Amino acid sequence: MEIPYTVEPRPDTGAYNAKIGIWLFLASEVMLFGGLFSAYVLLRVGAAPGEWPHGWLNVTLGTINTLILALSAITTLLAWAACKFRQFARFKFFHACTLLLALSFLCIKMYEYHDKWIHYEIQLTDGRIADGHMIKNDPKTDYVVIEGRYVSDPKDLYDLRAQKNIPHDEIKIPRAQIKSMENYGPWHHTYLAIYFTLTGLHALHILGGSLVIGFLWGPGSRMWQTDPERFTNRVEVSGLFWHFVDLVWIFLFPVLYLT
Amino acid sequence: MSESPVTGLKSYVRRCALVFLAVLCTTSMMITASFANLGGWPVKVAAILAIAVVNACIVAGFLMHLLSEKKTIYIVLGFTAFFFAGLMGLTVWAMHDMPPGTSFH
Repeated sequence: MEIPYTVEPRPDTGAYNAKIGIWLFLASEVMLFGGLFSAYVLLRVGAAPGEWPHGWLNVTLGTINTLILALSAITTLLAWAACKFRQFARFKFFHACTLLLALSFLCIKMYEYHDKWIHYEIQLTDGRIADGHMIKNDPKTDYVVIEGRYVSDPKDLYDLRAQKNIPHDEIKIPRAQIKSMENYGPWHHTYLAIYFTLTGLHALHILGGSLVIGFLWGPGSRMWQTDPERFTNRVEVSGLFWHFVDLVWIFLFPVLYLT
Repeated sequence: MSESPVTGLKSYVRRCALVFLAVLCTTSMMITASFANLGGWPVKVAAILAIAVVNACIVAGFLMHLLSEKKTIYIVLGFTAFFFAGLMGLTVWAMHDMPPGTSFH
């Protein structure tokens, strides 16, 4: 039995079924991310004055990722246009570019996560705080080494943008002086909790989209020989999902990195 | 898509280059606004989000072809916008709700 309306539009909707399906799916995705953005707003306005971080993320890396994702959205559209114009070799080229860009995005994101993972706030017994990236934390030694600085007021750790020339010295701290120590994981601050949740979910979408695009680029492209119209529609549907992922990042970037 | 394959694809590439340029401009504007002194945090956030909305409209309009879509899809999007606005409206409404006795340390 042949599946109806995979190529020709349904008379009542005016579009083929997969297109209606992807838009309904994207509508549910808007509500999923909308709920998390709503959580972000409530966490932010509920934070105590002066205790919401500014400048904790690297704007340069965020900007590079924004441009990478924008470029990948363009190559996705060009891959679909190449199918429409019956240029299969171009389709392969553009979709390969999309996959490489998606991989680059994920690599940069992983680097950013790693940067937070090795960043520690260490409470000392004398009341000071040592803050910086862990260089040495060997349980066999009676000290840890970080690259960072000492602060006496915890509020100095929040607004990094307002501070110029933050020192990054190598500091050796005896374990006997350490009261508590915690890295910048999701448990460290509500900002990091919502940051990891939002960007983690977004990264999963990138991963999922890449798998679909990879399938269409690889084994799935065999359909081009038998049913090029239907294959083109599959490329369009996967492209719509990819553009949505780009749209989400367009809001994530300013909300998390710039405001 | 009545043009020849080569010229058709080339015109698409040109159009996409313009879209990318527009995205590049809006991204630069957001970063500039973020570091500029705009006279207060709410103004700054509003300016940055307004530019982000323009950026999103460019992507949705040109790359997702929403400028020339079917009526059914506009209806789906209309419902989505309604419920999204409701969600954000409830968020704004509840923004300053704190349980009695809440204090900041």
